[in-house]
Amino acid sequence: MLSIENLHVTVAEKAIIRGLTLNLPAGEVHAIMGPNGAGKSTLSYTLAGRDGYEVTEGSATLDGKDLLSLNASERAAAGVFLSFQYPLEIPGVPALTFVRAALNAQRKSKGEPEINAPDFLKRAREVAGSLKMDFEMLRRGLNVGFSGGEKKRMEIFQMAMLQPRLAILDETDSGLDIDALKIVAEGVNALRGPDRSMLVITHYQRLLDYIRPDRVHVLAGGRIVASGGPELALELEREGYDRYSKAAA
Amino acid sequence: MSLTAAIRSRDVSALPSRRDEGWRWSELASVVRSAPPLAGTITVAPGGGPFAEVKADEERVFANGQGDASPLVVEAGRTVKLRFVTRADAAASLSAVSILVKAGGSLTLLESYEGEGEAYVADAALDIRLEDGARMERIVVAEDAETAVSVSTAQVTLAPGADYAQAVFATGARRQRIETRIQHPGAGAALRMDGVYLVGQRRHADLTTAVVHAGVDGTTSQMIKGVAAGHGRGVFQGLIRVEHGADRTDARMRHDALLLSDTAEVDAKPELEIFADDVSCAHGNTVGALDDAALFYARQRGLPLHEARVLLTEAFVGAVVERIAHPGAREVVAALVPRRLEGLTC
Ligand SMILES: Nc1ncnc2c1ncn2[C@@H]1O[C@H](COP(=O)(O)OP(=O)(O)OP(=O)(O)O)[C@@H](O)[C@H]1O
Ligand SMILES: [Mg+2]
Repeated sequence: MLSIENLHVTVAEKAIIRGLTLNLPAGEVHAIMGPNGAGKSTLSYTLAGRDGYEVTEGSATLDGKDLLSLNASERAAAGVFLSFQYPLEIPGVPALTFVRAALNAQRKSKGEPEINAPDFLKRAREVAGSLKMDFEMLRRGLNVGFSGGEKKRMEIFQMAMLQPRLAILDETDSGLDIDALKIVAEGVNALRGPDRSMLVITHYQRLLDYIRPDRVHVLAGGRIVASGGPELALELEREGYDRYSKAAA
Repeated sequence: MSLTAAIRSRDVSALPSRRDEGWRWSELASVVRSAPPLAGTITVAPGGGPFAEVKADEERVFANGQGDASPLVVEAGRTVKLRFVTRADAAASLSAVSILVKAGGSLTLLESYEGEGEAYVADAALDIRLEDGARMERIVVAEDAETAVSVSTAQVTLAPGADYAQAVFATGARRQRIETRIQHPGAGAALRMDGVYLVGQRRHADLTTAVVHAGVDGTTSQMIKGVAAGHGRGVFQGLIRVEHGADRTDARMRHDALLLSDTAEVDAKPELEIFADDVSCAHGNTVGALDDAALFYARQRGLPLHEARVLLTEAFVGAVVERIAHPGAREVVAALVPRRLEGLTC
């Protein structure tokens, strides 16, 4: 599924990712934890194809396909979805309009016909209902004036609508209240399946109580410095990153 | 000197040049070097133009400058189409009309500039008066040929309690200028003065407005959005003058423009001249590129770059479209904007 080999990424002439290797098999959920500034969001943006994130060495493939040679839109169409740590506000574009345009663009790139309006609305209602979102929110400018937690929920709404092959969730739990965390986690769990893999970036073990990862990785100093089972998250919660930061330095 | 006066007198030497302050970005002297002949007679079938689908009580057509030039007087509620149609090459189309909305009357004016041909020169002069408590919404769609010179000037005079709103959609020409000068008495009169220019290729669009608040308790709200691509050039000149004693005036002006290419240009001169003490006035002016972060966000969801740009640009312009009160006209403009943007954002 996702295979990252010896990845090096430079942002604004600063080396941030420095030799990162990670394998995420199909159907698995891996958590990435690590101190602030370790490069977690940088990794997400790099995989999603944001301009300014320059890969100087290494490779990243999705199902054997070279991700790095695709532009951001093509990667999305290939099934890469990033739930942003800080989702953008897009005034004047209702969430429904936005998601429908995105869905149709992805279908078009695969040679599929556009989704018809009633089917789309029906699905949107179902998904919004399962995430306990007020449907009217989807008619307002995307994320405009939404609270931090509402924005995160909107990201998961989009993920559920777009059904990606690879979902990268960058701190989707931050900003969510206790109830919202459960609802969002259920939404994410509902999307788990043999054809979908997820990278869940988080600072808190709590999220991993709801979304049980197959593996947990520690990202420090721009590389994966430790990997283990779900128990690794508990250990980190107890002991912090001290020993890994030293290992990374 | 107006274009019409210059062409009628066959003396273009006094046309505005770069040295005329109000015309320095849109001078006419270099683009109208000699007086063109008047354009010949054409027949224009009724029911066309950008507002074809909108129901109206009356349609007035100026075809190559010829049409019913009697004053348009509105006493009750009316929707009127005013079409300035030019089909000419290297010839002039000169039109003038006056409009009077009587006390208690209400007019929706669907005004269109429909130009086809090469290097024509079009000039339209409107004199608009609103009596006490009269209402008017003017929606202007200006679509001229790329090689044309097209100027429209409206002189608007409001009486106390009048409510006047306009929204102009301009797509440029070799020179295209839509100018509105408003005499605002205050006294509870309300003014909305919006506009959009969308210019690509080598097109040039100029939205110029001047409002004079002469008395107390008047409001003005202005939202102009511009998009310039290719070698397009957008000009906004907005003046709001609040005369001595015009207290409790509330005036807001915003001009925001997007540059979609390195070779596009936007020139803006927003001005507030305030001579009264107790007023609430604000203006804002920005010129910039599309937000990279928003573009990436849209692309991350799968929109190709071109589509993402169209979507964001349409949303940017949409804020003006939403302010159109007449539902039919709003729909027409909402449909027109993406068609024009499609060509601009390639
Ligand atoms: N555009 C940029 N210009 C300069 N430095 C940058 C830029 N983007 C990121 N960085 C730097 O790269 C490093 C990694 O940032 P990144 O956002 O990937 O960290 P993170 O692991 O996601 O942290 P957090 O847990 O706080 O979200 C930081 O030191 C940050 O300052
Ligand atoms: Mg981060």
